[in-house]
Amino acid sequence: MYTYNDFDEAFVRSRVAQFRGQVERRIDGSLTEDEFKPLRLMNGLYLQLHAYMLRVAVPYGTLNPAQMRQLAYIADRWDKGYGHFTTRQNIQYNWPKLQDVPDMLEALADVGMHAIQTSGNTIRNVTADHFAGAAADEIEDPRPVAELLRQWSTDHPEFQFLPRKFKIAVTGAEHDRAVTKAHDIGLRMVRNDTDEPGFEVIVGGGLGRTPMVGKVLRAFLPKADLLPYCEAIVSVYNLLGRRDNKYKARIKITVHENGLEKIQDLVEDRFAAIRAGFSGHDQALLEEIEAAFAPPAFESKSTGGYEAARLANPAFRSWTDTNLSDHKADGYAIVSISIKKHGATPGDATSDQMRVMADLAEQYGHGELRISHEQNVILPHVHKADLAKVYAALREADLATANIGLASDIIACPGMDYCALATARSIPIAQEIATRFDELKIEHEIGQLKIKISGCINACGHHHVGHIGILGLDRAGVENYQITLGGDGTETTTIGERAGPGFSADEIVPAIERLVTGYLGLRSDADETFLQAYRRLGMEPFKAILYPSEDKANAA
Amino acid sequence: MPRTFTPKVVTANALLEGDAVWLTENNAWTRDIREAELLTDEAHADLRLLEAQARVDEIAGAYLADAKSGENGPEPTHFREEFRTRGPSNYAHGKQVELS
Repeated sequence: MYTYNDFDEAFVRSRVAQFRGQVERRIDGSLTEDEFKPLRLMNGLYLQLHAYMLRVAVPYGTLNPAQMRQLAYIADRWDKGYGHFTTRQNIQYNWPKLQDVPDMLEALADVGMHAIQTSGNTIRNVTADHFAGAAADEIEDPRPVAELLRQWSTDHPEFQFLPRKFKIAVTGAEHDRAVTKAHDIGLRMVRNDTDEPGFEVIVGGGLGRTPMVGKVLRAFLPKADLLPYCEAIVSVYNLLGRRDNKYKARIKITVHENGLEKIQDLVEDRFAAIRAGFSGHDQALLEEIEAAFAPPAFESKSTGGYEAARLANPAFRSWTDTNLSDHKADGYAIVSISIKKHGATPGDATSDQMRVMADLAEQYGHGELRISHEQNVILPHVHKADLAKVYAALREADLATANIGLASDIIACPGMDYCALATARSIPIAQEIATRFDELKIEHEIGQLKIKISGCINACGHHHVGHIGILGLDRAGVENYQITLGGDGTETTTIGERAGPGFSADEIVPAIERLVTGYLGLRSDADETFLQAYRRLGMEPFKAILYPSEDKANAA
Repeated sequence: MPRTFTPKVVTANALLEGDAVWLTENNAWTRDIREAELLTDEAHADLRLLEAQARVDEIAGAYLADAKSGENGPEPTHFREEFRTRGPSNYAHGKQVELS
């Protein structure tokens, strides 16, 4: 893993010191809120419904055990003993007090972390495939380039006041687990005809009020051109992007309004102009970073105990069926720890749970943890011989829910329980849906299903790319929930289609239950997933299930 | 036809804790909406908001929120404002436990 060098350390410390001064001036009244707001946002500090909220970046979702323990310490010392993992691989603290925030940032700096550019109209935390460095289907570990992008984008003097926020995601694998097509820039590692690794560069994707699937700007970009090319894109956007209307300011609109070809021409021109300025220092740096991300020394030992434990313990077997993924190294598995216990808040982990996960990573996981955009925690490198022990420890900590990828593995934004922008609550809906499917005991029968809930049109809960998406709105002073169907956030990214009129808070959970049990009757066989069935049958049969009375009315 | 004015309260977030506070008749910030001043006159409401906004070292983001007169004082009319009087629904945190 990358560790801060002297430059990183000095930079982060100086930002903490600056912010400490700014907070002091805000508290004594010499800065007004209007003056202070852009300063606090630059440091990840929001003011929400009930309190401040500090958003801490987990760069490309990677944490070491010491960092995870520090996140737990911060939760205990200055918050309410828990943290919320978000859909952009950040962690949010919901209850900090303004005067404590500089100390929290100082504590983060102690473990090489920060909250810089987790807000504001800048390049945000660069996200990556949460299975990076472990996935069996990977070309290369995407984290070194993600780290290079982090260093380049942090405090980049040209890009501190972009027309709007700017999000980059990177994946090194064939299967897209990083939602790259819903980012301002998505980078998919590919190989060209001569087997050289490079990137497919996708631009102008995004969710929010105008959801768009990203478009391919360059089918193959050599790895060495990554920084100048990204700089060219952001530079073109910085000049061309609209600043007159916040809702039309994202690069997706710039691409849509100007056309892909024009953007391509402008980017290629800009790239040609600045390419020579990148004289190789970036590549030397990348080499150093790559060395820091060298794979751990994988062990070879017998997996016989694993098979025996699977046979002996049905609960363990069920967990291994849902929560493990294929690892590139023989004898290893990727463990997804579900932070979605039925009825609990999606993405919330207590400080005790964080410490347990840190200990497990240290003892059995080569010292690595990942945060997924699906709000779970990953132990990327666990030998199968150790899985039974890991499972037992997770069970103890209430972290052994066997539901990864299933109906109750729901993404939900904080919604109106915390967020000042929300138009309705998301968390209680997620809690109720998960509780209901647990009662019915059918989620394993249902199989792969992604339900994603956002509490407003900004779509932090990725509802557009949920197989079932739920959008909470305020309809005449009452919470109302719209359903979209058929969304997909993988390499075949699709924006879900709205099913029809929304449902009240009381109706939405029964509606989802109706929809999912109805699907069981529609699918061709047990292997056809909800998404596949939707793609084969289209909206109509699902709509008929969702709105049964309307159906009758039409027939009459 | 001019829009009829609906009663309001001045509300904001406390500067240090960031939680919801309401302006009382005697210019204090209260954490209990029932103690807030219910503003029924538009001109007076605008004036109170201006006064509140000037208190930069006490609060942030002051605004006028719809409210109605209840048995024990002003009550919120919109669910968002109701949540602000209570706290989140997923944990017993915030005003729902701090006020009792």
